[in-house]
Amino acid sequence: MFRAGATVRCLDNPRWRKHTANTGDQAARHFGYARNALPDSTTSRLSFTLESSLESVNKVEQVAEEFATKAGFDEDTVPHIAMAVREAAVNAVIHGNSYDATKHINVSFETTASALTVHVSDEGRGLDPDSIPDPLAPENILRGSGRGIFLIRAFMDEVHFRQLQPGTEIILIKNRTAAQPGA
Amino acid sequence: MSMKVKTRQVDGVTILDLSGRITLGEGSVTVRDAVRDAVAKGSNKILLNLGEISYIDSSGIGELVSAFTTVKNGGGELKLLNLTKKVHDLLQITKLYTVFDVKDDEAAAIASFTK
Repeated sequence: MFRAGATVRCLDNPRWRKHTANTGDQAARHFGYARNALPDSTTSRLSFTLESSLESVNKVEQVAEEFATKAGFDEDTVPHIAMAVREAAVNAVIHGNSYDATKHINVSFETTASALTVHVSDEGRGLDPDSIPDPLAPENILRGSGRGIFLIRAFMDEVHFRQLQPGTEIILIKNRTAAQPGA
Repeated sequence: MSMKVKTRQVDGVTILDLSGRITLGEGSVTVRDAVRDAVAKGSNKILLNLGEISYIDSSGIGELVSAFTTVKNGGGELKLLNLTKKVHDLLQITKLYTVFDVKDDEAAAIASFTK
């Protein structure tokens, strides 16, 4: 997924702004972060800031897939997690930041012994999750949009929203099961 | 993997063989343009072959719904063929599986269109 040659390009690209990282995987190298082994091998963390673009959405999805795989989720669950994170990033870029090049999205991944937790935040006008129409309602079933939050809730164990000043943060949690390594 | 479309005509049915990812941006736009192009050329029997679709997101689902309503509102029929497990599961979760007419055999799908 991450080619060694891509690291330099990302480091040279001002759009990819470093925050913090305490993980030792390929994603860390891809984003140009230091690689630090943790005492607890089941725990890893990565956070970064990206511009409001579709390219960013695809990158966030790639990292989600890698994190979920390394956390030991099975082949059916990994794509679900990656899709939920992708949908969260899409919401942040489109509905939150409205593709505004001056606004960014912040993303963090953390794997602990009990769960994978993903934070995605934007700098937009804020979102009232209770105002989102139910896409399964008969009057909405043929709408051409409005299924992103629904899919996120369908695929994750917990979904929380937090209002920022400005913006919205969505927190996605997928619990690890006893069958997974390190859980 | 970018989205690709190949168009065939079989017994009056326009078959769009789609491959790649139907996601926000290029993928969704490609599907939209392909269906609009088929309708503009007079097709009112459209079969979307999704057998080579590796991934679809909420935007892609929305695009399929929009294509369905566009064709239906114009008096035509749009059906889906060869769903992968991922796409099948997504349509089940979103309760769209029963909205679409879904087929798994091309010949039977072609025969099912109104003559």
